[in-house]
Amino acid sequence: MSTTTESAPTPQPTRRPLWRRLLGFNLLTAVLLGVAGYYVGWYIGRQIGFEGSFHYQKKSDENDVALLLAYFGGVVGFLIGLGFANYPISRLLGRPPSLREKEGEGVGRYFGLCTDHKVVGMQYLVGIGVFFFVGGVNAMLIRTELLHDTPTVVGPGQYLSIVGIHGTMMMGMMTSGILGPFGNYFVPIMIGARRMAFPRIEALTFWLLMAAGFILASTIFFGGFPTGWTGYQPLNDQAVLGMDSYIMFFALVGTSMALLGLNMIATIMTMRAPGMTWSRLPIFVWSVYATSVLMVLAAPMLVATLLMSALDRTIDTSFFITGGGGSSYLYQNLFWFFGHPEVYVLALPGFGVVLELLPVFARKPLWGYRLAVAGMLGVTLMSFFVWQHHLFVSGINADLRPFYMLSTEIISIPTGFIFLCFMGTLWKSRITLSVPMLFCLAWAFNFLIGGTSGVVLSDVPTDTQLHGSFFVMAHFHYTIMGGLIFSFFAAIYYWVPKMTGLRFNERLAKWHFWIMFIAFNSTFMPLFALGIKGMPRRVTTYAENLVGLNTWVSISAFVLGFSMLIFIVNAVYSMIFARIPAESNPWRSKSIEWQLPTPVPVHNFDQIPVFDSDPYDYGTPQPIATGRPASAGA
Amino acid sequence: MSEPNHARRFTLLWLLATVIALPIVIWVIGPLIGPGNGSDQASGQGTDATVLAVIATPVILLVMLYLLYSVIFFRQPSGGALEGPAVRGDSKVQTTWIVITSVLVLIVAVYGTVRLESANGAGSGSGATPLSVPSGPKLPVQVIAQQWYFTYRFPTYGGVETPHLVLPVNTQIELNVTSLDVIHSFWAYQLGVKADANPQVNNVAFVKPTKVMRFEVRCSELCGIWHGSMFDYGHVVSVPAFKQWIARAQVTYAAAKAALPPYSKTYAPEPTRRGG
Repeated sequence: MSTTTESAPTPQPTRRPLWRRLLGFNLLTAVLLGVAGYYVGWYIGRQIGFEGSFHYQKKSDENDVALLLAYFGGVVGFLIGLGFANYPISRLLGRPPSLREKEGEGVGRYFGLCTDHKVVGMQYLVGIGVFFFVGGVNAMLIRTELLHDTPTVVGPGQYLSIVGIHGTMMMGMMTSGILGPFGNYFVPIMIGARRMAFPRIEALTFWLLMAAGFILASTIFFGGFPTGWTGYQPLNDQAVLGMDSYIMFFALVGTSMALLGLNMIATIMTMRAPGMTWSRLPIFVWSVYATSVLMVLAAPMLVATLLMSALDRTIDTSFFITGGGGSSYLYQNLFWFFGHPEVYVLALPGFGVVLELLPVFARKPLWGYRLAVAGMLGVTLMSFFVWQHHLFVSGINADLRPFYMLSTEIISIPTGFIFLCFMGTLWKSRITLSVPMLFCLAWAFNFLIGGTSGVVLSDVPTDTQLHGSFFVMAHFHYTIMGGLIFSFFAAIYYWVPKMTGLRFNERLAKWHFWIMFIAFNSTFMPLFALGIKGMPRRVTTYAENLVGLNTWVSISAFVLGFSMLIFIVNAVYSMIFARIPAESNPWRSKSIEWQLPTPVPVHNFDQIPVFDSDPYDYGTPQPIATGRPASAGA
Repeated sequence: MSEPNHARRFTLLWLLATVIALPIVIWVIGPLIGPGNGSDQASGQGTDATVLAVIATPVILLVMLYLLYSVIFFRQPSGGALEGPAVRGDSKVQTTWIVITSVLVLIVAVYGTVRLESANGAGSGSGATPLSVPSGPKLPVQVIAQQWYFTYRFPTYGGVETPHLVLPVNTQIELNVTSLDVIHSFWAYQLGVKADANPQVNNVAFVKPTKVMRFEVRCSELCGIWHGSMFDYGHVVSVPAFKQWIARAQVTYAAAKAALPPYSKTYAPEPTRRGG
């Protein structure tokens, strides 16, 4: 990693007039080239897939070839506009290698290709936040529709599109929910590095994700898609043009995930500072590492599956079409081989955040560090052996069900390690109920319910009743929203004061937490009951006797949505209007990122640090024997 | 005031809570969480759900009470800057935890496997050639799913196809589930049956209804815009009533049957196309 030379930062260029600054490789150019690329792709697609050239077109005037190529052209144009082609071309022309791109150029660097991992982290935080909001609005629409037991507010087709966009947006964009912002920002700092291993790829993962998000949102112009986030075949093949948006979205997300994972693995393996041994690695970095392994191994499977889907839809192959010799089972198998590791991609970073924050607020070293690492790696390994539990009633490999039952239940053992470490760290600790800590405690509460409900689903006889019902929905919302999103907010309240140097309004933050926590449980707990009572997922028409519970859930969901608005208000107020500087280390953390000046200098460290311990050096060496402190407080 | 013995106090609290909670789980919550006792399979699923809930209860209580206990007793006094003990682990506790969770997992997995196979798939779709098949005579019924309704064919009654499902009580039924277009899932709630309907796949589920009743049939796999409307009531009736019904159905649907392809485990439909 030391072949390239790091020259001294170049002096700031003199400020040019606005019109001059708008020319060049920036977001404006990217959007313009993106639109141009879209039409070029569309034009080429029209030449290839002209009307009626494939027999699916006989019933429609839709041209999937044109739309997929248009999306592809749009993305390529967008990336060229951002300047991603410049460096490869200049290298081809024989220019010397360099590492940095647009580092330290003021606010403008947040709106383009930037190789500073801290800028990319901030970009991720805002970018993902926007799409998380879009996904959330869709959830509100879903709950509005479900206030009534027959289609009323939106039609059934539109409803399925909303469900699909909500699910796909959340599953796609939030895979990088913690790795994107906090992984990119803090992993290099935590391991004592000045940058990521592949800074341009790091920037690429972000911009790919943004392009993907807009493509998914554009599905509404092409009729939406009826398949939910799983995109099952042959329903997928039957669907209108909007399905192509789903395919392109997930293919880009998969690419971004694989690249992000690869970059993280390379960074963690090769760029650790002296003394940062594997056994001193912060637990958050371990979780990022484990997640990255999953991303690298699982995401390409998704991209391949989507490519097959796209071929089925465009040039009439029949990988998944039984009428042409394919198999609908094949899609389910391939999709869940990605899909199950994917849910651990969502869960594992949450484990890392929670265990990273816990020692700070408990004033104790992380209890059972090695066990926690073993737990994360165990989950990573096992998550590749459980995917067919999504197919327990499908009839595929029915004789293998006892194996998948066992493997699925085994995965609760390493997950249990995480809980033991959580509980061990709390034992006789000194808990401060700051907002990040509240979110960590809520994580444990939620994930426990999510995890134990998962055991019920891993058992074939009980899964027979609950498969495909609202029970499953409740289960994974407890693990993903209750796990990932709560730890995501823990991370925001904990780290954003470091990233921006500004503090959140504490009172609003506490309101946000309590309303979110109560409304979350009030929303998803009754969904278990709805599933047990026999309500299938993704329906607009449901049994009359379930209207009461559904109304309760919808109202709770609106309150949950309201709690997100409190957060937005708090973020906008605290970060834009109030701008109260945060203390340099408000949580008295011993982790290295809090020892750096705020804002963190472009290259993080003047001198590469040397580590001689892990960051959990809290606590008094001898056990407390003298009892609790006097009531006056210390 | 000296530090209380937290370990003993918490253990007692946990045991007490478990002793109080278990009867509630077994006798109050247990009966609510199954699909009822409309068939052997449904009652079996109810029992299994209760057993799992009983195993989960102490675990859930352990963690929940521990969280509560910690938040109450292991607090930083306001404005304080106390540190906890610098303990980094305890191999005895860790080993015990690993052993206990592993044993629990093995128990759950073995129990699930035994219950699954001894109940002949426990009402689940078990593929074309299920591992365990109930002995004795079975009434084969084919469930044909398509967008957006189920129809039923009775091969032993001349292959008649009916738009509603009627089954005889106390009879072993062999459901052969297949689809004509996309993936559906046949879900007979009170019977405790769920089996995916895949095109050109025969997915077998066994069920033995044990009481005369009305049951709900739904689709439980997203299959397009009217997925939620794939709903019907089926009926379990006495054996003579079933014979009467099927005889009538053979007359009523005779004309329709003439237009049907001969009975087969699966059907080869036209490839699915847009707008179809």
